[in-house]
Amino acid sequence: MSSIQQELVNIVGEDYASDRREELFTYSKDLGTSQPLWPEYVVAPKTTDELQAVVRLANETKTPIVPLGGGLTLAGLALPQKGGIIIDLKRMDKILEVNEQGRYIVVEAGISHGKITSYLKKNHPNLMHSEPGAPPAATVGGNLAIHGQGDLAHPYGFNTDMVNGLEVVLPTGDIARFGSCAVGSGWYTMHPLPDIGLFLGWNGATGIITKVSLKLYPCKKFRENNMFVVENEEFVPDVLFEISHLGMAEDLIATSSEIPPMMNRLHYISIINTGDSEEELEFKRHMTFDVQLAKYIRSGVGGIVSLYDERTRPQVSKSADWKKGGGFEYVGAIVPVSFYPECYRRGSEISGRHFIPYTVLGRVIGSCHSMMFSWSYAFNRADDATVKHARDALHETDELVMEINGTIWKPAIFGQKLMLERMDQGALRLMKEVKKILDPNGIMNPGNWEVD
Amino acid sequence: MNLMEYKYKDMIHRCFRCGYCKFPTDWSDVTNCPPYARFRLESYSAGGRLWLIRAWLNGELEWSPNLANIVYSCVGCKNCVEKCPHSFNDDVVNMIIAAKTAMVDEGKIPKAVGEFLTNVQLHGNPYGMAAKRREDWMEGLNLEPYKNQEYLFYVGCEGSYDTRAQGAARATAKLLQKAGVSFGVLGSQEISDGNEVEMMGEDALLEDLAKKNIKMFTDLGVKKIITLSPHSYNVFKNRYPDFGGEFQVYHHSQILANLLKKGLIKAPEQADARITFHDPCFLGRWNEEYSAPRKVLAAIPGATFAEMARNKKGALCCGGGAGNFYTDFLGGSEDSPARIRAREADETKANILAVACPNCLTMLEDAVKTEGLEDKIKVRDISEILTA
Ligand SMILES: Cc1cc2nc3c(=O)[nH]c(=O)nc-3n(C[C@H](O)[C@H](O)[C@H](O)COP(=O)(O)OP(=O)(O)OC[C@H]3O[C@@H](n4cnc5c(N)ncnc54)[C@H](O)[C@@H]3O)c2cc1C
Ligand code: SF4
Ligand code: SF4
Repeated sequence: MSSIQQELVNIVGEDYASDRREELFTYSKDLGTSQPLWPEYVVAPKTTDELQAVVRLANETKTPIVPLGGGLTLAGLALPQKGGIIIDLKRMDKILEVNEQGRYIVVEAGISHGKITSYLKKNHPNLMHSEPGAPPAATVGGNLAIHGQGDLAHPYGFNTDMVNGLEVVLPTGDIARFGSCAVGSGWYTMHPLPDIGLFLGWNGATGIITKVSLKLYPCKKFRENNMFVVENEEFVPDVLFEISHLGMAEDLIATSSEIPPMMNRLHYISIINTGDSEEELEFKRHMTFDVQLAKYIRSGVGGIVSLYDERTRPQVSKSADWKKGGGFEYVGAIVPVSFYPECYRRGSEISGRHFIPYTVLGRVIGSCHSMMFSWSYAFNRADDATVKHARDALHETDELVMEINGTIWKPAIFGQKLMLERMDQGALRLMKEVKKILDPNGIMNPGNWEVD
Repeated sequence: MNLMEYKYKDMIHRCFRCGYCKFPTDWSDVTNCPPYARFRLESYSAGGRLWLIRAWLNGELEWSPNLANIVYSCVGCKNCVEKCPHSFNDDVVNMIIAAKTAMVDEGKIPKAVGEFLTNVQLHGNPYGMAAKRREDWMEGLNLEPYKNQEYLFYVGCEGSYDTRAQGAARATAKLLQKAGVSFGVLGSQEISDGNEVEMMGEDALLEDLAKKNIKMFTDLGVKKIITLSPHSYNVFKNRYPDFGGEFQVYHHSQILANLLKKGLIKAPEQADARITFHDPCFLGRWNEEYSAPRKVLAAIPGATFAEMARNKKGALCCGGGAGNFYTDFLGGSEDSPARIRAREADETKANILAVACPNCLTMLEDAVKTEGLEDKIKVRDISEILTA
């Protein structure tokens, strides 16, 4: 047994530290098209103390460490680019506090989004958080580390806009807290202290998020998916704009896909309306369709597809099994809502070139402040040629995002390079300095957001 | 065995490793796959296991004792089948069992699994105990050997040999006697039902046991069977027909519920009892019988009932399935599923943790003791509660 492995066992116990090939294999791959990258060790701490000890060990021995939550980004962001230790954080999953009136929840960052949703539903049915459309095993820490967005993106923005407080283990093993919790007065706000935006969106390259206070929002008793359809993609931005003017929809998503045929070349706009009573819902339906979208309905270019569909947990991962292939990966871009038509057209061309049925989706973030637009490429895990097609399509899409002046969301290493090449020099210099100060030995998820 | 010979070669790559299968029905946590709950490394999740199996069959990974342990830590609880959103979900557990079969075929199985299978092969039970000792549980009960009675009461290996599970066998037999049910037992003639053997991938031994049992049952004229164990119930009901054995099979919970309904037995008043119920996987998820044991418990005058948060389709397995009550791949930790379950039972403030399976009975009773909860909560088979 190597001395690092022995140390890891000493810290977390032998069940939760492994250098066996089977564990290393499992953590060498993610769900997307990335080539395998092998860690040397895998460790699953339970407490912040254990995590701190692991980070200190890594820092002393200059061993790379890669924090891992659900491992669900698809983009290889928690694969060890330079070997080292994978730190699986999912045992750090406690709910520490819910402040009902203050509308926040404090959790350990390895907790799954599914667990939070379930807990709130049972114990605080009038409160909810913004759960990403990812599989429910996605963790809070992992999602914040990539600026995720969830089902409250339309009214409230990115999930990282909903943070009320953070605790982070720094690459040296020290602990730092941010927000009101830093002055010991509870976890109720990030403001008005000086801004230290050093951890959100960094793919764990600056520190490991261990505790988070997340804002909670009113959860209405009923929620329904009201679906509107247009044939002409040019109408989509305006439809979204009109609906967001009402400020009532909880989630607002436009989508189009080649399969099933009834969705091909049509654009479905899913409007999640909620209410505490039938009257409230009826009012929202009325405002949405009879007032705001009436011009589309009257002129016959848009129509209501369905009303009253109960909203269930999205199971997007089903699209992985197109043609029984078991895989897909997507490029997400943060773009203005007005980009929808071009993103759709160019994306479906890329899909066509790679023999993959197109699937695109745009989720409105904030009051049409931006949109997360995704192009998904399915592949067959057992057929390398299709994996290559998907990988090539992803790269072409990354380049497309750059060409149209978008920003790539949770870019894989390829996309990160494209973004860094174009990034403002001042910002680049600062990123480099920040990284040097926080992570003097360059151990934290190296290869990610790495400025040369 | 390589991938091309593997029964699920066209399916196993379809697992996306998305992890829906870690959750129970209420999404309350990622801990509903027992080995994953115990070890919390991705290799122990259903998806991790499927990816490892594929890598082994593909030649990407060599077989190793650790690989075998990971594969054999699957207790066959079917939570993954319940929660996987994909169209192949029915076969998730079958893909794992088929990998165990591949390991059996190559003689590459963990030692404890080898012992279990050899004992069943040689002695007809996993404990390696003499056939004669199968009658120990019957002592003083005055039971008739099976001979044209309406029912065969098939006790199974745990009920016959395990001193704790014997209590459930005895209680069930007494209730049947009390109700005047016409039944007989096989005594020392009884051999393993083969359910665990199949879950451990030993297809040939299952076939052998099934054929022997079917011949014995048929020769004796058995038409209806009452089983103590949901494991026996499952294999008799769902697998024996494949070998030509068609019997009317009942789990003891179904029979007891019916006897209570007809007034042929009466549940004793238990005013201080607060009962929670642990669903056995082979009655619940494997056979969708959730109501019979609850009907039995509902018939107890004065008792209150409290569900654990994870129940029915979403129940957490005790960790004893697929031979794990013997091989014990999941033991030795506060995160052992049986111990988690004991704590969950305690959270309901119940003073009786009711079970309907001899495996669950022994697993959970041990767990309650290890957790130091034995003064607060008693583990009882539903039959034992009715004879209290
Ligand atoms: C089918 C599907 C649908 C999806 N839909 C959405 C969606 O609607 N919205 C959305 O936002 N995302 C979506 N995603 C992307 C992704 O799965 C989620 O964002 C998810 O929340 C990421 O969390 P994770 O725990 O899986 O992170 P991981 O993949 O484990 O980690 C992400 C990054 O953060 C780092 N990291 C992990 N934990 C920490 C921590 N505690 N501190 C610091 N760094 C850390 C990792 O090293 C990695 O770089 C989807 C993915 C899939 C497969
Ligand atoms: S078995 Fe199904 S739910 Fe589980 S990881 Fe595989 S695809 Fe996902
Ligand atoms: S059957 Fe149970 S133990 Fe086996 S992989 Fe599925 S959930 Fe896990």
